[in-house]
Amino acid sequence: MSVLSIENLSGGYGEADILHEVSLEIDTGEIVVVIGPNGAGKSTAMKAVFGLLRLSGGSVHLAGEDITNMDPAQVVNKGVCYVPQTNNVFPTLTVQENLEMGAYIRNDDFRPRLLEIYEMFPPLAEKKKQAAGELSGGQRQMVAMGKALMLEPTILMLDEPTAGLSPIYRNEIFQIIRQINASGVPILMVEQNAKQSLAVANRGYVLVDGRNRTTGKGIDLLNDPEIAKMFLGG
Amino acid sequence: MDFINFYLIPGIVLGSIYALGAIGVSLVFGILRFANFAHGELMLIGAYITYSLIQFTGLHPLVVLPIAMLFTSLVALGIDHSFYKPFRASKSTIVIVASFGIALMARSAVQIIWGVDQFSYSPGRIQMPMVFFDTLRISPKHIWIVSFTLVLMAITHVILSYTRAGKAMRAMSDSAELARLTGINTENVVKTTWVLGASLATAAGVFLGWDSHLHSMMGFYMLLPMFAAAILGGIGQPYGAMVGGLIVGLAEELSAYPWIGENPLLSPAYKAGVAFALMIIMLIWRPSGLFRGRVF
Repeated sequence: MSVLSIENLSGGYGEADILHEVSLEIDTGEIVVVIGPNGAGKSTAMKAVFGLLRLSGGSVHLAGEDITNMDPAQVVNKGVCYVPQTNNVFPTLTVQENLEMGAYIRNDDFRPRLLEIYEMFPPLAEKKKQAAGELSGGQRQMVAMGKALMLEPTILMLDEPTAGLSPIYRNEIFQIIRQINASGVPILMVEQNAKQSLAVANRGYVLVDGRNRTTGKGIDLLNDPEIAKMFLGG
Repeated sequence: MDFINFYLIPGIVLGSIYALGAIGVSLVFGILRFANFAHGELMLIGAYITYSLIQFTGLHPLVVLPIAMLFTSLVALGIDHSFYKPFRASKSTIVIVASFGIALMARSAVQIIWGVDQFSYSPGRIQMPMVFFDTLRISPKHIWIVSFTLVLMAITHVILSYTRAGKAMRAMSDSAELARLTGINTENVVKTTWVLGASLATAAGVFLGWDSHLHSMMGFYMLLPMFAAAILGGIGQPYGAMVGGLIVGLAEELSAYPWIGENPLLSPAYKAGVAFALMIIMLIWRPSGLFRGRVF
């Protein structure tokens, strides 16, 4: 049973459509990666799930329930957590306050979860009281992911989680992604870093010009010579 | 001693009043992204509601203040619901113009309800100042005003730093879009902002009226120093607004002190100009303000 399914989605921000009948599906426990050249509509497809887009066709279903055009706050309430590529932390709030905001819609005691997050991201535990805006790029990404995980989401959506990070942080983030997934959270992720992300993914989608180009198992895409030539630099 | 009695203490009192108003200006700017030209009118409405409550109950201004805060908050929420909410997705320039219209309407409403005459909270009564060390004279109401301001600032600090609603306000001030994506109910945050801003504005209006008298233009005259204070502190930074208010208040009073020779350095008639000058200097020298607020 698919956790999230996007069917024939078309839409954009202004008059013109950016997405043309895009379909994506994420099953229980999967890591699904969306790759494609710049401007292919990868991030746009993610924003569409959150009702941040003007849709002209198609639908979004979460565990069978229609969430098309639902208000972002309601989508979060359904357990979908989204980490945007940029501006994904509250810079003047401390690390701890950012995590608390991640749990904003929780009415129960989330302190045990807070401890789990600090265990998952040890550098954050040392910088609890520091403003998130003062952290390095990699640590900010950890805050952003930790903030999303405060909800124990039914699905986690990551928009280029390793963009602009040093190789060390990149490896660490990929490792954390695998770890989160191993704990049972399905992950939908957009990545520029196609090689590394396809290697951790169960399945991958290739978007070009706002359309589905091809899809397949992560490892198959990685070995596909045509895709290698297009996106992986040969 | 004249310096302390007639310049420093009035400066601190005035600065406290500006600071309370400027916090609201700064919060509304940070969260709703527009310069609220009607903020002075919230002070005006708060001060006049307090006047009526005093007339009705015969109690002290400070006693009826919380009730006046409640009423003014309801007025602010009503204004937001009817006039600002429809423009929520519009450009901030449109909302600024709307706030200017609201300022005119609110002032006219006050003039229709209460008239255009001056009022006093305690007519005919003159409180003797307390005298310390033979020469230091402090009026009890000044002590009340400054201590209440400190209490209100402390409460504001606790709300912003330690409560869920306050943290959500700061989060939304950082990024409204991320706040929405995080599941924060932004409309509730907006409501909290109005209640906090209107309550502090009520206190500022009541203190100003108590210190001198009430008149229907008092809100309008407060607008420039409040904005100067908010910009000085860094717009969108409530703590900056507190410091900015104090600086503007002190600068206005101290500019009239005879620093050189026997005449005031600046004629007291130019007080409003001092706030304006400070604002201009700050915008040129450091547009983000003392506390690194937003830059336009």
